[in-house]
Order: sequence, then C-alpha cells, then structure tokens
Amino acid sequence: MTTTALERRQTPRSARRVIGRTILYALFIAAAAAILLPFAWMISAGLKRNNDVFTIPIQWIPHDVQWRNFADIWSQIPMTTYLRNTVFLSIVITFLQVLTGSFAAYGFAKVKFRGRDTLFVLYIATIALPWQAYMVPQYIMMVKAGLTDTFLSLILIQAFGAFGVFLMRQFYLTIPDDLCEAARIDGLNEYGIWARIILPLSKPALASLALLTFVTTWNDYMGPFIYLTDNDHWTIQLGLQSFIGEFNADYAMMMTGSVLSVLPILVIFLFGQRYFIQGIATSGMKG
Amino acid sequence: MTDLITASPDSPSVLARPRPRRRRSRGWRNALIGWSFILPNLIGFVAITLVPVLAMFALSFASWDGYNPPSWVGLKNFRRLFKDDASMTALWNTLYYAVGYVPLTMLAALGLALLLNRKMRGVAFFRAVAFFPYITSLVAVAIVWNMLFNPQFGPVNQFLGWFGVHGPGWTTSTTWAMPAVIVTSVWRDMGYYMILFLAGLQAIPKELYEAAEVDGTNAWQRFRAVTVPGLRPTSFLVLILLTVQAFKVFDLIYVMTQGGPGDATLVLAQQIYQTGIVDGQYGYASAISVLLFALVLVLTLIQFWFNGRRERK
Repeated sequence: MTTTALERRQTPRSARRVIGRTILYALFIAAAAAILLPFAWMISAGLKRNNDVFTIPIQWIPHDVQWRNFADIWSQIPMTTYLRNTVFLSIVITFLQVLTGSFAAYGFAKVKFRGRDTLFVLYIATIALPWQAYMVPQYIMMVKAGLTDTFLSLILIQAFGAFGVFLMRQFYLTIPDDLCEAARIDGLNEYGIWARIILPLSKPALASLALLTFVTTWNDYMGPFIYLTDNDHWTIQLGLQSFIGEFNADYAMMMTGSVLSVLPILVIFLFGQRYFIQGIATSGMKG
Repeated sequence: MTDLITASPDSPSVLARPRPRRRRSRGWRNALIGWSFILPNLIGFVAITLVPVLAMFALSFASWDGYNPPSWVGLKNFRRLFKDDASMTALWNTLYYAVGYVPLTMLAALGLALLLNRKMRGVAFFRAVAFFPYITSLVAVAIVWNMLFNPQFGPVNQFLGWFGVHGPGWTTSTTWAMPAVIVTSVWRDMGYYMILFLAGLQAIPKELYEAAEVDGTNAWQRFRAVTVPGLRPTSFLVLILLTVQAFKVFDLIYVMTQGGPGDATLVLAQQIYQTGIVDGQYGYASAISVLLFALVLVLTLIQFWFNGRRERK
C-alpha cells in the first residue's frame, strides 16, 4: 500500500488527471455516439434518394444530398394539417393540465381539511394504474357521449390527469407555510395567495409540468390512434404512421417525415432541458 | 381570522372562548375552500379516470356488446381468459418482455448515471444526449429502428457481418422480434431512469465518500460500501416504475411489429385493445384488463414487501 501511495505522489497530479479525463471523455463520446446513431441514420436517410437509403456499406454522408425531400413531403401528405392539429391539441391540453393541476395542488398542499389525504391517495393510486387497463371503458364512454373523432375526447382524457396535481404538490410542499401565513395576515384570501404568491414562486415547476405535458401530448400515438379516424383530425404521429402503410417503400421520405416530427421537440428540449430534468427528478424521487 | 386555515380543530383559540359552532364553521370553510381548489381537476379526473376504472371491474363480470343491455355472466370471462390461446400468449410475451426490459434498462440507466455523475465540462451535454431518445416520438423511433433492423441491408446486420455473424431477420423472425423490440425500448427509456439514478447519487452525502477515502479504500470498495447502499431507495423505485412500465407496454411494439410476426410480440395491452376496441367484446376485454391491473398491483406489493423486510433487517 505504501509503495503505491508513494508512486502516486511521484506522478505529477495534473498528468494523472489529464489521462483520467481523456479516458472519461473517450467513454462519454463512445456512449453518446452509440445513443445518437439512430438519429444520425434518420437524418442521413432523410436526405438521400430512396434508392440510396440501403446501401452496402452504409453511406453515412449522402453523396447526393436531397434537400428537396423536406419540401416534397408537404405535397405528399397533408403535413400542415397534421402539424396544426398536433400544435392545437398540445397547447390546449398543456394549458388545462397546468391550470387545473396547479390549482388542485394548492388545495392538497396548503389547505387543511378532512378527507384531503384520502383523496390524494386516490389520485396517486391511479397514476400507478395502467391506462391500458381502463382504456376500453373510457372508450365506450366516449362513444356513448358521441365524442369519438373529436379533439374534445383527447382533451378530456389527457387534460385532467393526476400527474400534474402530483408534480405541482411536490413542489408546493417545499414552499414554507409561513409565507402563506404572512399573506393571510396581510389580508389575501386563498385564491389570492395561489395567484400572487405561489404561482410566481413555482415558475420552474410550472415550466417542468408544461414541457413534460407538451412533449407527451405531441408524441402521443395511442390516444389519437384510438380516437381520431378522420384524416383531417390526424396528428403528426398518425400521419407519419400511415405514411409507412401508404408509401411502403419510400424509406427516404419516411425518414424526412420523422425528422420533421422530431425537430420541434428538439428545439423545445434544447431550451427547456433543465426543466425536463427537474420535473422528472421531483416527480420520480419524492413519491 | 388569521388562523382560519392552519389552526387544527382542537388547538385552543386565543381569540375567544372556544365555541363549538364557530369551530365547526371554520372546518367547513376550510373544507369548502379546499374542495373549490381541487374540484376543477377532480370533476375531470372522476369522469374520465375513476368512472372507467370502476366500470372495468363491473364489466369484467358481464357480457356486453355495447348495444344490448349488459348481462351478468359471473366468472365466465375469466374462465375463458385462461383457456384463450391468444390471451395466454399475450401474457407470456408480456412476461418475456419484462424479463428482458427491466434488468437491461436498469443496468444501462445505472451505468450512464455512474458515468455522468461528475462535475466536468460538457457533462450536461452528454446527459442531454442520453435523455433525448426518451422524448423522441415513438413512431419515429419505431420507423428508424425497423430500418436499422432491416434483415438484408440494415446497419445492425451489417455490423454483425463484420464479425462473421449472419444476422437474423429481427422483426420478421418470430424468435428475434421480441429481442429487437426490447433493445429499442431500452435505448428509448434508459435516459429517463438515468435521471432518477443521478438524483439518487446526488443525494448520497459527500462526507461518506470522503470518510471512506480517509480509511484507505479503493474506488471499487467505495462503490460497494457507499454507492450501492446509498442507491437502494432509488433502485427500488426504479425497479417498481420499470416493472409497471413493462406490463403496460403497447404502443412502441404495436408500431414496430403490430404484435407480429404471427403473435410473437403480442402483449396484454394489445390484446385488450384488440378484443375491446376492435372486436367490441367489452366484457372479455375488461377481464383481461383486470388481469393486467392485478399483475401490476401484485408486483408492486411484492416489491414493497421485499423492501420493507430488507429495511427491517
């Protein structure tokens, strides 16, 4: 033991650190490359002519870059309609989820009344319940209400989730009760405290919830797949999926469409990365 | 008036003699305010989630086509369930998927978290890279991986070719379709669980590592003595989340293989979708739903029980 300790002291600390760092960065880059490979494939294939997609050996950089794929796809499928529907649904659902979720969370975190905790357990229990287990009765209800093939059906099933309530409550619990107490003494009522004290303080949590909900809704496949039948109502995910069926062999276009469906999420992710990670860490950890 | 909200019913009032009627009205006001906050969400929640959940249990004992009134059939749906080849295949496939997906995702997520749990330039970027697949749309993921797994020209088989391995047909092979969807799911989800592990690692007090270092331990010993026990609550949570996740798997597989080839990747959730929404056998679909629900519940309870026992030791 003593010899190694001596040897260690003899090697200059900085040199050891440089070597260690280099190995680490090599590992980082190897892992990142492995994870990003499918994306590289997607972009590369999206910029190829269809005949060039599958070549042996793989052509990672297309020798004949087809930028026009990105223009052509708009005329092959109603991309504008799909995107408009997806944006509409994502915004409405996110807005309702954040609004009702944060409002209810205040009731659960800062107002004391009988039955509150029992009610909260009920909310939590349904988060653990797989949606697939109750999607059939839910679907029957929507059929009976005549809401299938409407945006309202999707808005209803996704906007009032327990997840938003849970996430916001976790955050509100970290806000000291004294603050609410002080506001009460100053004469604010509970709604005022929620609107003027709690909401401004919980901006990071609101951003987390909004981003997570937006991305989930944007990427949702099964909901629209089950409920939306009319092509005019389709979201980008459904449009993309149907593209496989209709233009079975047009691999380049399929990848072009995939890139277009991922791009908005990438932009949102780059801006809001911190909030995604916070949201997941709080909702996952303190359960 | 100021202690309207926070005063518990039995705390002595400082303002006046305790008068029962007034106390009760305080409780009432609090309840009223509390419910008013929760109600907008609760109404939607009850109508859209709770009612269907209860309906699932009721319908599982009934036969119903959606038009004629439902008729009570007792346990008939459940008896049929255990004799139905498709449903049993779906059950086995779901278990197969879980057995592959849960440990692999856990290992990948933990590995990434251990690698990326340090203060270095660029680490945030690498974390973001690892997380990005999780928020990529499932349809895009399915299409890309299907192409990567292309039997003749796909990069996966070209890569295997370098080692002289003749790759299988992946999603077109009944043997290899399930491994292919498992690999895709692991790739997609590991970033999410990496974040949970990172949060867990950061919750381990630095002093423990420093103390262990002073004691002359090497990195591996520190990992065994500090990191592993420190991560126990996180690992437990991740295990539960992953198991639940594995049992409700549906969309990724459905988009990749439609449950095929044959029924090689048919899982419980797809069987529910098929019998319930496509075939309109609402009673039978509800019985399969109850089975799925019970499986998730039992697994969660078993894990809680194990964890509780380990902590008591």
